[in-house]
Amino acid sequence: MGKITGSQAIVRCLQEEGVKTIFGYPGGAVLDLFDALMDSDITNVLVRHEQGAVHAADGFARVSGEVGVALLTSGPGATNGVTGIATAHMDSIPLVILTGQVPRPLIGNDAFQEVDIVGITRPCTKHNYLVSNVEDLVATLREAFHIARTGRPGPVLVDLPKDLVATKLTYPEKTPIHISSYQPTYNPHPVQIEKACRRIMKATQPVLYVGGGVILSNSSKELTELAEKLSIPVTMTLMGLGAYPGSQKLSMGMLGMHGTYTANMAVAESDLLIAVGARFDDRVTGKLADFASKADIIHIDIDPTSISKNVRVDIPIVADCKNALTAINKWFDAESDFQPMEQAERLKPWLALTREWTEKHPLAYKENNTIIKPQYVIETLHRLTGGKAIITTEVGQNQMWAAQFYTFDYPRHFVTSGGLGTMGFGLPAAIGAQMAFPDRTVIDIAGDGSIQMNIQELATAKQYSCPVKIAILNNGYLGMVRQWQELFYNKRYASTTMDVVPDFVELARAYGAVGLRATTKSEVEPVIREALQTNNLVIMDFKIEREEGVYPMVPAGKATTEMLLV
Amino acid sequence: MKHTISVLLQNKPGVLSRVTGLFSGRGFNIESLCVAETLDPKISCLTVVSRGEDSIIEQITKQLNKLIDVIKVTEINDKDYVEREMVLLRVKAEAHTRAEVLRVVDIFRGKVVDVSAKSYAIELTGSASKIQAVIDILRPIGIKEIIRTGIIAMSRATKTK
Repeated sequence: MGKITGSQAIVRCLQEEGVKTIFGYPGGAVLDLFDALMDSDITNVLVRHEQGAVHAADGFARVSGEVGVALLTSGPGATNGVTGIATAHMDSIPLVILTGQVPRPLIGNDAFQEVDIVGITRPCTKHNYLVSNVEDLVATLREAFHIARTGRPGPVLVDLPKDLVATKLTYPEKTPIHISSYQPTYNPHPVQIEKACRRIMKATQPVLYVGGGVILSNSSKELTELAEKLSIPVTMTLMGLGAYPGSQKLSMGMLGMHGTYTANMAVAESDLLIAVGARFDDRVTGKLADFASKADIIHIDIDPTSISKNVRVDIPIVADCKNALTAINKWFDAESDFQPMEQAERLKPWLALTREWTEKHPLAYKENNTIIKPQYVIETLHRLTGGKAIITTEVGQNQMWAAQFYTFDYPRHFVTSGGLGTMGFGLPAAIGAQMAFPDRTVIDIAGDGSIQMNIQELATAKQYSCPVKIAILNNGYLGMVRQWQELFYNKRYASTTMDVVPDFVELARAYGAVGLRATTKSEVEPVIREALQTNNLVIMDFKIEREEGVYPMVPAGKATTEMLLV
Repeated sequence: MKHTISVLLQNKPGVLSRVTGLFSGRGFNIESLCVAETLDPKISCLTVVSRGEDSIIEQITKQLNKLIDVIKVTEINDKDYVEREMVLLRVKAEAHTRAEVLRVVDIFRGKVVDVSAKSYAIELTGSASKIQAVIDILRPIGIKEIIRTGIIAMSRATKTK
C-alpha cells in the first residue's frame, strides 16, 4: 500500500470511525486537514466561533449517541473551544476534538498562534494527546475515539502539529485496542446485585434517583422495566430527564434546587434511595447532611469516583447502568419470593403519599390572561409538538422552565448544559442536533441574555439549512441571577438589567431567518404554530412577565425540603 | 492522618502534571512526591505522601486510578511497609564543633560527602522520624542548607508460612 499524508490518514481514520459530519473552523495550522477533507464525503459544518463548533458536536453526540467531532485551529481556535470542552466533560459527552498545533520545531518557542492546549485542557478532558511521532498518529486517533465512547464517556483532545500532518506514512491496519491502564468495569459484581435486590425487597419507601448515566448507556428500557415491575416512584436529575417517561404515573419529575415538591419530599422521606447513573451534584442534594438522611443508598455508576464522593453509599455497584439494571431485573424475575402484585400492594401507601404531595403542591404557576407566562409558552410548545421535539436550552430560568414544563417522555430529547451551566450552549447544540436528525423538530429554548452569547451561529444554521426554532423567553433581565438578587440581595439588581437588547425579529430577518413576536398570551399559540410550519430558521420572541421566578426553589445550602413554593 | 500512596504510571511526557494537576485541582494536599523510572523504562513509579481523612484518601486513590495513564495505585499500609528518605545537609563545622558533627553522623550512620574549612556536607537516609531526629540534633550546631528527596516506600513481602 502506498504512503499517504498525515491529513489523509486522519480523514481515513474518521471515516473508519463512521464520522459523516464534523464541526470546525479553519486556520493556518489546520489548512492541510481541511484540504484533505475536501476530497472526502465528510461534511464540515463551518461554524462562526469555535465555541459553537464544540457545542454543536456536543449536541450532535447527545441526540445521536455517537461521538461528536470538532476540528479547530491552533492558539485562539483551540482556546475558544475550551468552554465547549469543559461543558462536554462535566456532562460526560463523547467528543473527539482535533486541534492544529504549530510545527514541531516551533513548539515551546512562543510561535504565532501557539498555545499549550494539551496543558490547558488537561483538567477538562477525559484524556488528551499531543501527537509527536507520525507513526503514532492513527493509533492515537483510534485510541481517542475508544476512550471518548467507552466507560464514562467524555471529550478527548488530540493536538496535531502542522508539519506532522503533512508527513507521509503507511496507514496501519486496524487492530483491537487494548489499553492496559484503562479497563472500565462494565459488569456488576453478582454479590452486590444480590445485596441490592434483597435490600430493595425490604424497602417500604423506595425512590429511584436517575441521572444522565441512564441516557448515556441507553438503558431507559431497563430502567422503566425495573420501576414498573417494582412499583418504585422515579425522580430524575436535569441530565436524566426523559430516561423514564415524565408523563407516566411513577414519575415524580425532577429533584433538587428547582425540583418538584413531591420529588424532594420523597427523597427526604425515603428509606431506600436507588441512584442510577447520577452523581449527587450539589444542585440535587442541597444541604448534604439532610439529603436522604433516612435512607440506605444503593448507587449504580460506571465511574468509581462518583461513588461515596459527596454522600456515603451503603451498596455500591460499579457497572454500566444497562448491565446492572438488566442483572437486577433478572434477579427479580428469578426470585420466587418476589411477586409484582404483592410488591405493588406493599408500596401502595407510599405511592399514595407521593400522590398526596403532588395534589398539595403540584408544579404550578400563577396564570394570567394577558401577560405571557414563560411556563405557558413551554406548555404550549409541548402540546403543539406532541412532546416529541428535541429541546435544547440555554442556561438560567429558560433552562429550568423547560426542564419543569416540557414533560420529557423520551431519552436523548433534552439537550442542556447541566454540570457546567454554559450560557450560549443551546443554539449551537440545536444545530448539532438538527444535523444529526434533519427531519425532526429541534427547538432551542432561550433567554434574551444567553441567546446573545452565541448568536453568531444563526448564520451557521442558515448556511446548513437547519430549520431550528428558537424560542426566546424575553424578560429583559438575566433572569436567574435577577431572581437570586430579588430573594437574597434585597432586590438590588446589579448588572442584570439588559437595557439594550436587539430587536430579535429584525435580527432574524437580517440572517435570512423568520422572526415572530408574541406580546400577549393569545399570540403565543399562533406564533408557535406558524414557527412549527415554517421550513426555515425561526426566532420566536416572547415578551414574558419580566419578574417571573422559577419555583419551587431550594435556596443554596438549604435542605431540599426547605422549598420556596409558588 | 498521613498516607503514603504508590502509583505506577506510563512514563510519558505530561503524566506527572496530570497527577499534580489532579491534586491541586481537587484541593488534595501533597506533602512529598518522588518519581523515577522502574526496571521497565516505559513505566515510572511515583510515591506521594498526603494527609487527609480516610474518605479523602479513598477519593485520591479512585481519582488517580481514573487517569488513563495510571496503571496501578497502592495505598501503602502503615503496618507493613518500609519507608526511606534521603537528605543532604550542609552543617556548620568549625574547630569546636567538627568532632561533635562527625559523632552525630556516625551515630545515625550518615556519610560526609563534602568537606570545607567551615562545613561538612552530610548524606543520610532513613525513615521520616530518623531524619527528623538528626535535624533536631544538628539544628543547634547550625544547618546551613538542607535538601530532602521526599519519602519513597515499599510494602514488605508477604510472609510465607
